[in-house]
Amino acid sequence: MTVHSFQEHFDKKIDGDVAIEPRDWMPDDYRKTLIRQISQHAHSEIVGMLPEGNWISRAPSLRRKAVLLAKVQDEAGHGLYLYSAAETLGITRDELYEQLHSGKAKYSSIFNYPTLTWADMGAIGWLVDGAAIMNQVPLCRCSYGPYARAMVRVCKEESFHQRQGYEIMLTLANGAPMQKKMAQDALDRWWWPSLMMFGPPDAESGNTEQSMRWRIKRLTNDELRQKFIDVTVEQANILGLTIPDKDLKWNEERGHYDSGAINWDEFWNVVKGNGPCNKQRLDTRKKAWADGQWVRDAAMAHAEKRKARKATAKAA
Amino acid sequence: MAQQTTNKNEWPLWEVFIRSKAGLDHKHAGSLHAADAEMAIENARDVYTRRMEGVSIWVVESTNIHASDPGDAESLYDPANDKIYRHPTFYNLPDAVKYM
Amino acid sequence: MNDQKALLQYTLRLADDGLILGHRLSEWCGHGPILEQDIALTNTALDHLGRARSLYQYAAALFNTLPEADKATFFTSVSLQKEVSEGTAIDEDDLAYLRDGWDYRNVLLVERPNEDWAYTVARSFFYDAFNSLFFKELAKSNDESLAAIAEKSLKEVTYHLRWSSEWCVRLGDGTDESHARMQQAINELWAYTGELFTMNDADAAVAAQGIGMDLAALRPQWKELVALVFDEATMAMPADAWMHTGGKDGRHTEYLGYILAELQFVQRAYPGMEW
Repeated sequence: MTVHSFQEHFDKKIDGDVAIEPRDWMPDDYRKTLIRQISQHAHSEIVGMLPEGNWISRAPSLRRKAVLLAKVQDEAGHGLYLYSAAETLGITRDELYEQLHSGKAKYSSIFNYPTLTWADMGAIGWLVDGAAIMNQVPLCRCSYGPYARAMVRVCKEESFHQRQGYEIMLTLANGAPMQKKMAQDALDRWWWPSLMMFGPPDAESGNTEQSMRWRIKRLTNDELRQKFIDVTVEQANILGLTIPDKDLKWNEERGHYDSGAINWDEFWNVVKGNGPCNKQRLDTRKKAWADGQWVRDAAMAHAEKRKARKATAKAA
Repeated sequence: MAQQTTNKNEWPLWEVFIRSKAGLDHKHAGSLHAADAEMAIENARDVYTRRMEGVSIWVVESTNIHASDPGDAESLYDPANDKIYRHPTFYNLPDAVKYM
Repeated sequence: MNDQKALLQYTLRLADDGLILGHRLSEWCGHGPILEQDIALTNTALDHLGRARSLYQYAAALFNTLPEADKATFFTSVSLQKEVSEGTAIDEDDLAYLRDGWDYRNVLLVERPNEDWAYTVARSFFYDAFNSLFFKELAKSNDESLAAIAEKSLKEVTYHLRWSSEWCVRLGDGTDESHARMQQAINELWAYTGELFTMNDADAAVAAQGIGMDLAALRPQWKELVALVFDEATMAMPADAWMHTGGKDGRHTEYLGYILAELQFVQRAYPGMEW
């Protein structure tokens, strides 16, 4: 087959919704785009452990502590599934870490915001996981098999994450006035960054068109964002909390909520590294990795010693 | 494939297969890194059976998996296409025959 | 000390051990040397925390049925005494979040800081080896609740011990650096292993009732278990010298205060609320 016919074969599969598997021929750009997107997603899970991990030691009840610990652990698991999916494309996890640590690879900017009160655990579960699920569900049908399968597993496990967050918000909203204030404060701080999680507006999103064509992406940033706003407004009403957007109102004609302008300058500023916690998050990851080097080396050295001993025993 | 730079110190990659309950086949669950086989099994238990998904685990070092070339797919699998007699639905049985 | 108070004290200690070790291990979450082990250690942290909760729930039930006079003086915590004087039944969270350090009964070993992977492994290994023997005995306890908790814990502990033994061997018989770090961790934590086998009043009282056991009698088996792993790990067993004690009687190291300051912060800053 010529490259041309490889390409044709690939296109036919994409158009016919036939999954692309690791050993199938694929265009270089498709591979690169996938590595970029999957690893960015994996990095987000791993860095995303940190803002919530902050509160494991301070969770206000034993039940909340166990749930939060299990949730942050799930995020480690999700990172692992995603790194594995990226590894099927011919890149190692070590290389992906290197890209993260050097700043070459990005992760979701939302995790560069600080978690200041216990209510932030509620807001993150409710809003950040809610937005993530909105993003991830269509990815279960993404054209690349290993990525789609990883997302199926992630989505299945993630269903409890948003619920536990909303439950925290509900408890606070129905609690003492001070607790309700804490919940409102968390909503005020996390609302806009959550909307930014869907990425820049379609008009400015360079990658969207090609990714849609390749069926790596199924819905545009703005479509997903709108969906999120529509369902979340109702949930905020049930909590009796106010979404911090004075332009938010139902548009009968569109059948959607209209909302105020997002501050994209803030978004790009955080992406560029100027968020409240960018340096702290990355430094923490780098430190964990560097501190773990001797541990990883020791395990490898021991495995090799054992192998060698086994071989000697066999020979004798 | 992209250039695979091997880091001598990176723990090898393992493929994990899990039997979700007695009587079923082991099914590919995903992969993970581990220094040796024992650790790979334990890691698999901790990573892939956190929600009681398994009763038995197999691990195989990924480099030991030999895969068919997708380019050969036609010669390997197409011949089976016309042997539908291997599929149970090929046989018409009266509705009264149950549980077959 | 009467029987029920002794049983309560004993149950609380087992719960405190689980909570504090679980808390320490959970500090690794997000900071482990590799993702797979981050997940593994968190599973163990969850096991310890889960066991602690069962034990606290049982301890709360024991406390709530004490005579009023005993209730009023059992804990030194003002917040707990206030609840008691108002006639409120206490629960697992009251026990975890409202007692100060001198009412905590965990052994000193579990509050030692994580330091590095070698200290974490050594601390877990010493404790897991003890637990594997302890819960096997406790599963035969006259006290049905403790026996049931022990039965369930035994399965978890078996896995914990496997994990910590294997890591002890990996680090001990790994690189020169890991060998040195592992030996240092063992040497430093050794002085905190003696307390696992000491008998305080509560231990003696529950042993006499057939609920607990003679802890000192477990030590030879424990040393055998440890020696077996050390041998494979090429680790030297430290000589028995001075052993630190006090945790079981509420006299802790400075570390516990900081753990509790974090653990109890929200409940202390915003008292009397549901979370």
